[in-house]
Amino acid sequence: MLDSLLTHLTILPIALPLLAGIILVLIEDRHHVLKLTISIVATLVLLAASVALLVDTNAGGYNISTYQLGNWPAPFGIVLVADRLSTMMVVLNAVLALSAALFASARWARAGQHFHTLFQLLLMGVNGAFLTGDLFNLFVFFEVLLAASYGLMLHGSGSLRVRAGLHYVAVNLVTSALFLIGVSLIYGVTGTLNMADLALRIPLVPDDSRMLLEAGGAILGIAFLVKAGMWPLSFWLPTTYAAASPPVAAMFAIMSKVGVYIILRLSLLLFGLEAGVSAHFGGQWLLYGGMATIAFGTIGVLSSQGMARMAGFSVLVSSGTLLAMIGYENAGVTAGALYYLVNSTLALSCFYLLVELVERGRGAGADVLAVTLEAFGDDGEPEEEVGVATPRTLALLGMAFVICAILLAGMPPFSGFLAKFAMIGAVLNLEGLGASDAVSGASWWLVALLIISGLAAMIGLLRAGINTYWISFDAEVPRIRVVEMLPVLLLLGLCLTLTVLAGPAMGYMQATAQDLHVPIGYLGSVLAGADGGVP
Amino acid sequence: MAMILAISIGVLAGSGVWLILRPRSFQVIIGLSLLSYAVNLFIFSMGRLRSGAASIVNGSSDLGAYADPLPQALVLTAIVIGFAMTALFLVVLLASRGLTGTDHVDGRER
Repeated sequence: MLDSLLTHLTILPIALPLLAGIILVLIEDRHHVLKLTISIVATLVLLAASVALLVDTNAGGYNISTYQLGNWPAPFGIVLVADRLSTMMVVLNAVLALSAALFASARWARAGQHFHTLFQLLLMGVNGAFLTGDLFNLFVFFEVLLAASYGLMLHGSGSLRVRAGLHYVAVNLVTSALFLIGVSLIYGVTGTLNMADLALRIPLVPDDSRMLLEAGGAILGIAFLVKAGMWPLSFWLPTTYAAASPPVAAMFAIMSKVGVYIILRLSLLLFGLEAGVSAHFGGQWLLYGGMATIAFGTIGVLSSQGMARMAGFSVLVSSGTLLAMIGYENAGVTAGALYYLVNSTLALSCFYLLVELVERGRGAGADVLAVTLEAFGDDGEPEEEVGVATPRTLALLGMAFVICAILLAGMPPFSGFLAKFAMIGAVLNLEGLGASDAVSGASWWLVALLIISGLAAMIGLLRAGINTYWISFDAEVPRIRVVEMLPVLLLLGLCLTLTVLAGPAMGYMQATAQDLHVPIGYLGSVLAGADGGVP
Repeated sequence: MAMILAISIGVLAGSGVWLILRPRSFQVIIGLSLLSYAVNLFIFSMGRLRSGAASIVNGSSDLGAYADPLPQALVLTAIVIGFAMTALFLVVLLASRGLTGTDHVDGRER
């Protein structure tokens, strides 16, 4: 029984939220305690299943689980692949999901209809995008994810959300069209959609159709870069994320990482060292595009007045950093970037939750005037009488805010600093420590940008923090429930764990980066396993 | 046949892009529809054009007698998803029209 369950562990992160979503849609919204219980339990089981998958995948050294849907052998059927990177992302997603679901349970889940259903379907789409080994299947999961996110984006309604949602939907529909054009161009040239099979066929593509293949790859890449928010494809992102309700925005933090994940996966698998003439295709674009994104995000962080917008620009800085690091296509740099990815996703998600808790204590107009903040109104939430209204709340919020700011800015002593240190160290020593290779001009620019972006984040967050915590002693203390503070503490605690256990974590990231850069194990286990189950 | 298909994809995509860049939300949705038609035809053409060929292998070993079935399956999926997304966009469009009182995509007249 346990064995047969383990065989299907790989599909569990997709099947579980789907099942939960189906059950939830059948229950009326007035039974919100029941719906909430089902949603939280499903998310908890998802977290347990994801962790089990992570442990199972890493048991006994290097191991990849493939799952052939319908037991069709790999290049012909659709395959799910659980390797180090995808299982790590699935666990990250489940952690964020748990904290967002807990946070939403206090009040946001009741701000509109079908929150839990859409939320579970979003989880299904994100997990599917992480686990799939097939380009078209990726498109389908992307659409599932996007459809759920359109619904969640509009959750809570209001003119601002609908306006931002209109832009968000339009941008993503055009992106989907680009996605399809890219996929079909690649299929037209190579005749396959399986990622592992593609990696084997790309070096063999004749020269006269190579341009078509690379055009397909570039168009596909643009679709993911829009999702990841590379400048100049990112103008929609801060507005949309700021307009979304906070638990949804916390989940959106990982949605932009889905784009980054696919770029990382595809650029190393399809256009890695093995790709012959096409090797390192697009690397320079990612490097310089990422640098432009960091610069744009930095300016945005400094110029934004509301904290939610500031968080949106921090998402851009994070995406830009990751894209520039992926552009190096170097195992050491990738390892640092992966550590940064986990850390910044947790911190950003936490920040979105925190922003709402902090701003709850302020008047309605305070967002707009945050920089020249003077007026503090009532907290405007009379139904929240159950909350604890002591200065302890403010102290706790302040501490969480400070830690979050340090994490986002990448200052010592927390994991944000370690991540930046790992990345900068690897960028300056591309060939490994001690090798006397000259550091290129672009690398110096990137290092400078990274440090400046950290400084800018510190300045912006300090300004916001001073306006919120030091001037507002006369203001109402925000009323916060324990269940809303719990997710914030959970995410911060994970970041602190990541700091303390930096050694093992970096070891895992390095192993992951090695696997990504030498994908022989990936290709072998996807294309060889015809037995239909987990090896 | 290839020329006719190429021209029609080009015209559809061109009109679609032009309409998407227009300020009225209804123009945008028509543009998105046209663009998705162009993309669907494009996917279909990526399986190589062939007239009078069946797409299902039923015993004969001569693969040359068949059209590539995969793009047809892909295009079916893309049509269904595109249809659903257009319907969803229509709802958002109507909500935006109702809430802002204008059909400008930015929710206000310039």
